[in-house]
Amino acid sequence: MTQTLTLSKVTKTYQGVTALDEVSLRVSPGERVALLGHNGAGKSTMMKIILGLIPFDHGKVEVAAAAPGSAAARARVAYLPENAAFHPALTGEEQIGFYLRLRGRPASEAAGLLERVGLGSAARRRIGTYSKGMRQRVGLAQTLIGAPDLLVLDEPTSGLDPVSRRDFYALLDGLASDGAAILLSSHALTEVEARTDRIVILAKGRVVAEGTLADLRRQAALPLQVQVTPAVDKAGAVLAALPGATAAGRQVVLSCAQDDKLPLLARIAALNGAVADVDIQPPSLEDIYSHFSRRDGQ
Amino acid sequence: MNRILATCAAEFRIARRNRWVTISALMMVLFGMVLSAAGSAPTGALGADRLSVTVASLTSLAVYLVPLLALLLAFDAVAGELERGTLPLLLAYPVSRPEALIGKLIAHLAVLSVALLAGYGTAALAAIAVDTRALAGLPALFRLFWSSLLLGATFLGTGYALSAWSRRPSAAAGLGIGLWLVVIVLYDLALLAGIVADNGGFFTTALFPYALLANPADAFRLYNLSASQATAAAAGIAGAAATIPGWQSLASILLWPLAALGLAIAAFRKVTL
Repeated sequence: MTQTLTLSKVTKTYQGVTALDEVSLRVSPGERVALLGHNGAGKSTMMKIILGLIPFDHGKVEVAAAAPGSAAARARVAYLPENAAFHPALTGEEQIGFYLRLRGRPASEAAGLLERVGLGSAARRRIGTYSKGMRQRVGLAQTLIGAPDLLVLDEPTSGLDPVSRRDFYALLDGLASDGAAILLSSHALTEVEARTDRIVILAKGRVVAEGTLADLRRQAALPLQVQVTPAVDKAGAVLAALPGATAAGRQVVLSCAQDDKLPLLARIAALNGAVADVDIQPPSLEDIYSHFSRRDGQ
Repeated sequence: MNRILATCAAEFRIARRNRWVTISALMMVLFGMVLSAAGSAPTGALGADRLSVTVASLTSLAVYLVPLLALLLAFDAVAGELERGTLPLLLAYPVSRPEALIGKLIAHLAVLSVALLAGYGTAALAAIAVDTRALAGLPALFRLFWSSLLLGATFLGTGYALSAWSRRPSAAAGLGIGLWLVVIVLYDLALLAGIVADNGGFFTTALFPYALLANPADAFRLYNLSASQATAAAAGIAGAAATIPGWQSLASILLWPLAALGLAIAAFRKVTL
């Protein structure tokens, strides 16, 4: 399948500081890719390069089979900047109408687009009166104009409450199933978790991990946390039977590698009368993210 | 073309919402009324019709006001978008930088037209009301109108360039006022000082006419005064108007808007995000 977006070995330096270091990335039609990284990891730089807003030093970028920033590419790409801002004197409907006309579509489609992002009732109020979440929705509405091939969304869910966030991902699912490629950034893995097909982690301008959430979990190979609740007066016996375990309040906790999980469970089960309960906690999304984004000597 | 019109429509709407249209029109109406009241005295003595005299007065007024209005409209054009953070999104759309600037330019020229029509119209009506011969001055008024728009376009373009260079609206506004002061006020003073010091020498005879033509505001004044029947009613450089052919000042006021737009586009292209 042809790629909607291809970056090969893209390098960008700002006054001697490397913002992107030989970054490669591909996004196929219908694929949702999350770009994760700390502030300053290079996410926004990468997005601006894809949009053709800033030049890059080395490498190759192809957007919808055209050069980034070319008229052909801009006609096929939608962008949501971080902290989307608009002119406060215009109403939501007028602002979207303007963007529609820039894409050669009738301004009358604005009402429908605002309805889709849940701003129907505020469409005729000035954007200056909107909350941050509402401005973000105006930003989302303009990305829906004209069924773009590629959506580049810089921290799209910041400022959205959990319900709006779920609505937003439902919108993305619809766009992706219609064949749009989606690249979105976030600085929290918990925000993107199951709603994206692939996760790319950037740290200091380099891709440090890439894959599905299950891939990343496996690559990180972080230990599991096992919490054992001993039966009454059996804490000592449980501690003695499980080397490496420590007491934490009424519980006994220990960590274990993924591969040792089943043998450990078997040993705990063998303690039968001494154990009241067992909980296993897989490494959290934050743990996995920290593991990758700190690996490069941070 | 569609994209230019879309930009223009949005910018004009913003100017209307921000009361720029009202403020600039009121300002011009106010000055138009004051001028037609103050300019009523000399008509009989000169034998010119009332409107031609008014046009001469309006010319002197427009030299100051039109560039000022244009710079006020223009200073926010690029710097404001940068500060609000609306520029990256705009430039991600299939609209080129020149298209965006030209759209703004047309909208701001429309605002200026409204103000000029209101101001000049008031003055013209006042003149026609008291002097039936004043209709003879209408061609001069029309010429003043379109040449004022060209003068406005020059300072709009220069204002956009300053806006793109300075990147901050406050700095752009400051630079705009500075430019106005230098080009409109100090330039003429410097020329005057030059003539006085030179005492009829090389500067006065060879350089001075070109120095006038090189300044868009002076060229505007020359063009309107040389074409006007009432040059005698205007003070200052009116004498020079007689020695410089009309086509030269016309060429200057036609070329300056193009040069200013070119400058604005070049400056806007250099803006990095």
